[in-house]
Amino acid sequence: MAEEEETQQEKTSWWGTITRSEVWRSIFRHGYEDTYRNRMLQVSANVFLHLHPAKIRRHALRLRFTWCMGGITFLLFLILTVTGVILMFYYRPTGEYAYHDMKYLQFDVPFGMVLRNMHRWGAHAMVITVWLHMLRVFMTGSYKPPRQFNWVIGVGLLVLTLLLSFTGYLLPWDQLSIWAVTVGTNMGRATPLLGHEGPLAELTGVNARFDARALLTAGRVVSPATLLRFYVLHCIFIPIVASVLMIVHFWRIRKDGGISGPL
Amino acid sequence: MSKKADGTDPAVHIWRIAPTRRDLAGCVGWAAVLSSIGVGSLAFIRMMYPRVLFEPPTRFKLGKPSDYARRTVSSKWLTAHRFWLVRYEDRFIALSAICTHLGCTPRYLPTEDKFKCPCHGSGFRGLGAGWEQLGRNYEGPSARPMERFALSLNERGEIVVDKALSFRIEKGDAAKQGAYLPYA
Repeated sequence: MAEEEETQQEKTSWWGTITRSEVWRSIFRHGYEDTYRNRMLQVSANVFLHLHPAKIRRHALRLRFTWCMGGITFLLFLILTVTGVILMFYYRPTGEYAYHDMKYLQFDVPFGMVLRNMHRWGAHAMVITVWLHMLRVFMTGSYKPPRQFNWVIGVGLLVLTLLLSFTGYLLPWDQLSIWAVTVGTNMGRATPLLGHEGPLAELTGVNARFDARALLTAGRVVSPATLLRFYVLHCIFIPIVASVLMIVHFWRIRKDGGISGPL
Repeated sequence: MSKKADGTDPAVHIWRIAPTRRDLAGCVGWAAVLSSIGVGSLAFIRMMYPRVLFEPPTRFKLGKPSDYARRTVSSKWLTAHRFWLVRYEDRFIALSAICTHLGCTPRYLPTEDKFKCPCHGSGFRGLGAGWEQLGRNYEGPSARPMERFALSLNERGEIVVDKALSFRIEKGDAAKQGAYLPYA
């Protein structure tokens, strides 16, 4: 009896008029009635949510087991994407402007300081949570079959997170970042075959001008050319590759038997 | 042709022994796609190495040989270009001031006649060890001697250094052409 009254009310309300319209129903293909079918459709008929399972086990929500570390890491990635894109409206990745734009953001742009610091602390936090996530997966044995491949994808994502952190480190263009990246890229000199100070460098004939390190730094030293290169890697290349791997990572959780729990 | 007992039809089975025209077309098509990607990738990697670098020149003049006293370690170029110009009785050597441990700048200590790195204590032989052993590592964590840069004289009799060309005495480079500048 009560249900009938509600539907009657819905039919006459403005909200009911909208949800019954063809436009609405062409976008949302399922109803709102609390039925098993609709609950499934809300997830499986949504392009963003369909990467997740439509049903999860109750124990999968236990924070003591998952720590929600993967979820926190993804949330931080989203925060970093949003704040990073906003910072891009002011930051110019050239030797003349980069440092001053960073200071301009800090001292003059409204909310610039909070954006820059959200990006900075979010980046530090993401490196920490991604490691904790890996620790959790290891401690709970969640890398075991059939989840081996997802572990491999996860290792790729861990490396990309560290590369994002490393490439972002150069962008403030102060002494700290220049020398940190100098030290970091100097490791590229020791790359086997491809680094001019690495083993078997004589075999490939690489030198300081043409080797793995010069590919990163766009020359012999860290220069404005390096800044631009790291900027493109930081804002475009690595985030796209990481996003693709994240899609696979989340989708495979579902395909490999859901989050947490025995199989 | 009739179907087998398990229900499969050999006539439509995907594995064929003899390649067909369609297989050939497929191979040619994929070869074209993959080789375009390959050539494109190589071109991209080459593009990442610009022909002109906007960096300080690696080759520059150091003045007349007579500007430097015999049997001295000159620190004239240390701050700007990070090497010592060492003059012996019969030759000049440009010794790189990059510690071969982790890349700090060592100091020349005249009283002890050695190059000492302040970061982790690597020590390298000084002037008295002779031109062949100059910069040889002998204490601290460094595992190899300091490097030497190429030296030459230009037509006006000035010393020219080329920092892009380095010599390593542990590889037997000490007596090579350019590893020192003969000048008596």
